[in-house]
Amino acid sequence: MTNQTVIATHPMVEARNIQKSFGTVEVLKGIDMVVDRGEVVCLIGPSGSGKSTFLRCINHLETINAGMMSVDGEPVGYEKRGNLLYELRESQAAARRAQIGMVFQHFNLFEHKTALKNVMEGPVVVRRMRRSRAKELAMAQLEKVGLAHKADAYPSELSGGQQQRVAIARALAMEPKLLLFDEPTSALDPELVGEVLETMRALAREGMTMVVVTHEMSFARDVADRVVFMDGGVVVESGPSRDVIGNPQNARTREFLGNVL
Amino acid sequence: MVRRRAYGRWFADAVLVLIVLGLIWTSATNPNFQWDVVFQYLTHQMILGGLVTTLQLTVLTMVIASVIGVVLALMIISDDPWLRGVAEAYKWLFRGTPLLVQLIFWFNISALYPKISLSIAGVGELFSFSGNSITPFMAALLGLSLHESAYMAEIVRGGVMAVGHGQGEAAKAMGMKPMQTFGRIVLPQALRVIVPATGNQVILMLKTTSLVSVIALPELLYSAQAIYSRTFEIIPLLIVASCWYLAVCSILGVGQYYLERRLGRGHKSKR
Ligand SMILES: Nc1ncnc2c1ncn2[C@@H]1O[C@H](COP(=O)(O)OP(=O)(O)O)[C@@H](O)[C@H]1O
Ligand SMILES: [Mg+2]
Repeated sequence: MTNQTVIATHPMVEARNIQKSFGTVEVLKGIDMVVDRGEVVCLIGPSGSGKSTFLRCINHLETINAGMMSVDGEPVGYEKRGNLLYELRESQAAARRAQIGMVFQHFNLFEHKTALKNVMEGPVVVRRMRRSRAKELAMAQLEKVGLAHKADAYPSELSGGQQQRVAIARALAMEPKLLLFDEPTSALDPELVGEVLETMRALAREGMTMVVVTHEMSFARDVADRVVFMDGGVVVESGPSRDVIGNPQNARTREFLGNVL
Repeated sequence: MVRRRAYGRWFADAVLVLIVLGLIWTSATNPNFQWDVVFQYLTHQMILGGLVTTLQLTVLTMVIASVIGVVLALMIISDDPWLRGVAEAYKWLFRGTPLLVQLIFWFNISALYPKISLSIAGVGELFSFSGNSITPFMAALLGLSLHESAYMAEIVRGGVMAVGHGQGEAAKAMGMKPMQTFGRIVLPQALRVIVPATGNQVILMLKTTSLVSVIALPELLYSAQAIYSRTFEIIPLLIVASCWYLAVCSILGVGQYYLERRLGRGHKSKR
């Protein structure tokens, strides 16, 4: 197919000089980043450095003030027709978001729905799948994160680790081309971190494209292809994970790693 | 083990029992209560007709007020300062003036607007209504609904605020449109807060409808008044009306209990 070759020429995420302010506070001061398909990139950095904000710009939960963000060759929030960019309507923006999965620090499972209904929600409502097919798909995803036996449990009946795995299953049920994780293990008790990281490792092995904001340096070193260190709204250092974490070149990176490791 | 005796409580209980017995005794034996008249009118057709009107008014008012309330709440939550301003002004106006005044106002709207019509240039008149033909029922429904909607807006807003911000965000990130997010994720969870409060409003409204007797709408209280203005059996007929108010309130209370239990799903073992 000719289509295939065209698609394969652009990266999954391409960020050029991304700038974002909240009021007068400049949070992102020109971020450049490329994530190729099948790649796992970990975003590390001190709290307040703009990691979450950048992640939220990728799936258009925040709009950027300047720069160019594109996902899978399409400009985020815009549609390219000819040489012009047209701002998307809300429904079109929603359709774009449906192709990108997001996993949150505080899980954000729908509290009034069982694990199964949480995972079925996207396929039924957004992908307009028949309920019976959505249920099969959802059960398969729950199986994958090892929680098929908890299908009928409400989020409040699950441990933090289990809730986060359901949240991952929920994102996977949308069959996304890109998964974003915002500190997926930061809200977990230490003994529950492992099960979530293991689930994410399995996804990385399958070739899922992932951008992961994390403080788990061993995960970043072992699983990520590349690590990006952000501080104060700029990328301070980036490169292959072993280099950035094992042999950081920048003094600020060294100081940060010294504090977390 | 010998437990301490609660002499104080025994005494208080005894006093209470005496008071209650005394009240029952005097109401049963005082001939002025005219219990025979009470029983005679309890199922009188005017009373039953009034009860039906009261129930209609309560249900219709709450339905209309809930719909307007949701819209107002959405306006208040929105980022648009104009929408927010208009909704806040609405709340200020309808909560800041007495309901009784509003009811009499709507009943006399014809003095202000003898004819109300909506027309579009080139298309002609879409809708026309003579202020003189406003019935007491319409005035009552209008007055009660607009007033109540200002309170419902506050209840809905409170319910929506009680739902964590992450819920809507997760739905949005998943690709849901704003109305889907609100309708499927936020509102159902907000109902856990909205429903009990609305239940209280329904019970309150049932009794508040008695205010519309001032504009001669034959609801339960006005029907009782209509009868006692002929027969002068004031107390028995007020008891008749009270019995019905109490009965309906009790039924509503039971319904509220089961509804709240149903809505509690997923929040049983909330940590
Ligand atoms: N919605 C917002 N409104 C105003 N300021 C915000 C908002 N979101 C984030 N910020 C600010 O932006 C900065 C970066 O935040 P964030 O992206 O969450 O950093 P990180 O995820 O690296 O800890 C912080 O100073 C934060 O206070
Ligand atoms: Mg963050």
